[in-house]
Amino acid sequence: MWLFNSSVGRKVVMSVTGIALVLFLTFHACMNVVAIFSADAYDAICAFLGANWYAVVATLGLVALIACHFVFAIILTLQNKKARGANRYAVTAKPEKVEWASQNMFVLGLIVLLGLLLHLFNFWYNMMFAELLEGHAAVVELGGEFLSPTSGTAIIAYTFSHWYYVLLYLVWLCALWFHLTHGIWSGMQTLGANGKTWFNRWKCIGNVYATLLILCFAVVVLYFFCCGSVCA
Amino acid sequence: MAKNISFTVKYWKQNGPKDAGHFEQKEMRNIPDDTSFLEMLDILNEELINEGKEPFTFDHDCREGICGMCSLYINGTPHGKTERGATTCQLYMRRFKDGDVITVEPWRSAAFPVIKDCMVDRSAFDKIQAAGGYTTIRTGQAQDANAILIPKDDADEAMDCATCIGCGACVAACKNGSAMLFVSSKVSQFALLPQGRPEAARRVKAMVAKMDELGFGNCTNTRACEAVCPKNETIANIARLNREFLKAKVKD
Repeated sequence: MWLFNSSVGRKVVMSVTGIALVLFLTFHACMNVVAIFSADAYDAICAFLGANWYAVVATLGLVALIACHFVFAIILTLQNKKARGANRYAVTAKPEKVEWASQNMFVLGLIVLLGLLLHLFNFWYNMMFAELLEGHAAVVELGGEFLSPTSGTAIIAYTFSHWYYVLLYLVWLCALWFHLTHGIWSGMQTLGANGKTWFNRWKCIGNVYATLLILCFAVVVLYFFCCGSVCA
Repeated sequence: MAKNISFTVKYWKQNGPKDAGHFEQKEMRNIPDDTSFLEMLDILNEELINEGKEPFTFDHDCREGICGMCSLYINGTPHGKTERGATTCQLYMRRFKDGDVITVEPWRSAAFPVIKDCMVDRSAFDKIQAAGGYTTIRTGQAQDANAILIPKDDADEAMDCATCIGCGACVAACKNGSAMLFVSSKVSQFALLPQGRPEAARRVKAMVAKMDELGFGNCTNTRACEAVCPKNETIANIARLNREFLKAKVKD
């Protein structure tokens, strides 16, 4: 199958899974921003996306996407290391137009993955997972308070009342921003939807999109950090 | 006015692909700064021979920036920092300062094994070309040149792609040892012209398959290749290759 055994095919897998994940992030960011405007509306979304079959199926789909993106990243990185050869250059001068992010996508991806694990522990574990274990009437204990897994706004407020979580999430979002500034245009390039004219357009679209996306996420983190439990 | 400069050359010595290799260095004194880099290496070799030492081996041929035979990774850049996009033979000593240490290394890539010192085996590129980098032409009476009309822009673009001299600087610069800029330029020079279209799908599949088989890496769009290309090929060619490859595979 050419998607597995050709270099261009493997990159197409990276590109398509990457673009799908960007679309998911877009949905997630839109959902998060609701928490700033209405705690009730956000909790309603949480109830909708709890342990219901469609949400569980979508979650499994996401896991498959991330696993695919990550496994192919490992394969590509190992192949590329091998292709570089055993001898390394004694002196290297990085050309000006080579962006830092483009040469560190794997490391950035690893940081994003670690952040994701923390994120699953903070939220998914107390929400969908709790419901999967104990049904819709589940109760989770956070900081001495007993909460329903659907009270998403309270869980956000609890998490971001800790400064170290705020810091870790901001570092995570920063890594994701760098990853996306290269990932978005690079994904289009891999699909062949690029050229001399579109190169700068995709780069601009990618940078603006990544920035807006990360700002949406960061605003929620900072909003709940600044106003604390008052917001919930 | 040319002035004379003195500097140290640190050059790579390696006896064949299996040897570990090491650097040796030599002080060069009073070299006129309008000497070309390769002429400077000729002087170095003459001094080495006079001292009874083994000369330094490097690739070179036309020495006028056309043939693509020069290689040399100079101070961290393939072909060194030339005045305009050009190969090592067009690099002059006026680009260096008195007292500089100039490090000369071979193209380092698994697909380009070292033959000796800084001479590497780039026949992998020939094999990729042989896999499909041509048009099948039945010889016989040539048809009228105007029988197939080609827009000027397409002809120009194809010519720009065809100027790739296959020196391998793109592979040398790429952190992944990927040959995509070379292969995409060779695919593009035919894909843009009507004469190349009938075999376009077969060509791109064969050339990519050969490139993968020979151990070149996967392109991650870092653009290091286009930054060092002496012929200013761009990654727009790589996008075209991806497009051609996807079209060919979807059709299968």
